[in-house]
Amino acid sequence: METASIQFEPFAEDALLLRFDHRIDAAINARVHAAVATLQRDLPLLECVPAYASVLLRFDPLAWQDTNATDPHQSLEQAVRSALGAGETSPLLPREREIPVCYGGAHGPDLAEVAQHLGLPTGEVIARHVAAEYRVAMLGFAPGFPYLLGLDPTLAMPRRRDPRQRVPAGSVAIGGAQTGIYPDQLPGGWQLIGRTPLCLFDVTATPPSLLGAGDRVRFRIIDEEELQHLEAEQLA
Amino acid sequence: MSVTVLKPGLLSTLQDGGRSGHAAIGVGRAGAMDVPAWRLANALVGNRGGEAALECTLRGPTLRFERAAWIALTGAPIQAHVGAVALPPWTACRLPAGGVLQLGGMAIGCRSYLAVRGGFDVPPVLGSRSSDLHARLGHEAGRALQAGDVLPIGHAGELRGPDATQSLHASCWGLDPQPWFDFALAPITLLHGSHWSQLDEASQQRLHGARFSIGTDSNRTASRLDGQPLQLRAPLELISEAALPGTMQLPPSGQPIVLMAEAPVTGGYPRIGQVAAVDLPRLAQRRPGDAVCFRHGSLDDAITRLAAREQALGALLKNLAQRLQQDGCIDG
Repeated sequence: METASIQFEPFAEDALLLRFDHRIDAAINARVHAAVATLQRDLPLLECVPAYASVLLRFDPLAWQDTNATDPHQSLEQAVRSALGAGETSPLLPREREIPVCYGGAHGPDLAEVAQHLGLPTGEVIARHVAAEYRVAMLGFAPGFPYLLGLDPTLAMPRRRDPRQRVPAGSVAIGGAQTGIYPDQLPGGWQLIGRTPLCLFDVTATPPSLLGAGDRVRFRIIDEEELQHLEAEQLA
Repeated sequence: MSVTVLKPGLLSTLQDGGRSGHAAIGVGRAGAMDVPAWRLANALVGNRGGEAALECTLRGPTLRFERAAWIALTGAPIQAHVGAVALPPWTACRLPAGGVLQLGGMAIGCRSYLAVRGGFDVPPVLGSRSSDLHARLGHEAGRALQAGDVLPIGHAGELRGPDATQSLHASCWGLDPQPWFDFALAPITLLHGSHWSQLDEASQQRLHGARFSIGTDSNRTASRLDGQPLQLRAPLELISEAALPGTMQLPPSGQPIVLMAEAPVTGGYPRIGQVAAVDLPRLAQRRPGDAVCFRHGSLDDAITRLAAREQALGALLKNLAQRLQQDGCIDG
């Protein structure tokens, strides 16, 4: 991986930020995930926190301070440059996840409004939402909440002027040019177009989050009956 | 062995060192706001370290101990009574079975820690017993204590004092709260953040020197700083990047906020500073209305001071463990 264009920025005593760019873009985000895979494999780090176009590395500053008491952030930067510059940086194929979604009705209370705003029939909104392949750019906002890149640009839709106090768990939503899934009942301002019966975050599961940064995601249309069936299966 | 909550206090939560390593799935650190105070509270009762303690905010809870227990209070000086007897802070005290510990207000500071020998033994979630109020992780889905809650206490040998037969007993020695509870108004060290250079010149000067006061809507997620607003040279369109406890953000209002223990894992506001980790406990002890000011510090200096603090704290924790052994308080 070419490393000359990466900005390295000391963030805190135990944290170094690598910035690849300043834009939300699928190709840039893919570089972030490739870098995370390499760095987690090759370097003794405490934590890697990927975002759209950057990754935060948390490390033990004493371990990265050599006998000459060099700046630990500089030592780590050198190690990162050589690890990323060494060539193959994407050893792992992204995981693929299929998310069943029941669109519209009580599960997607904003679908009709979204369709009206976009000037499309609701069926067309669903068709375009389900046709795209998405990638988890990062998780944040709440445990297990995926920010998905890949939304058909014709489906971009401003957030609601009045955010909801309680968005039901599993709600699939559009916020600006992105789509996401609420893992839990949360306050939120995105437009709700459907709901998945899958549990996105469970502290007793390993791993606790169904989705990881970098995963590929596809949606699949299900009807009310299948939603209830899958929900019952999860409870069993 | 358990403790029953009779009155919950203003905001009382179980906290330990927090959850590390889960930021990539959207789980923040949480944990004690004043980490050295939490560690010292555990050490005073001979805990091994890492046990969950109760973090009390401004006004503490009233608790009934179902069995005799050793406790210690650190952090902000908090009123503490069993019946008419006042308990000394930063000192191990033995409560009798059925003893009711009434914690009151704090004259200064914002957060006190109540450690109990054996630790509050609720089930860990993702490696920590810390309550995360927003992510709803931890004891009772991360909520603050409520009246009627029953908190289990872990097993640990009895701490023996020379007169441990007395029903209520305070150890004959305690810790000097200085420098661990430091309420001097010395400025808090601030490292440059990514967007510091984007502040206009007057705002740069104000940030390093002007007085701010802690906003009333401050909490475990963020300390809000009220003062003359800061301004950017030009508006910035930013995309979300990682955030950490100590990160100072500038929202459109111009009133900076410092993310604290329950910092979200990412944020999209301009990042104008990072509070030096060594000074974060001092900021955590500032309550709404308290004054606070900042001075610029270098990263090198912050790392050096943090290492020195960790060394001093490590030495003190070791001394405490030795002292408890010498006193015959715990088996060798």
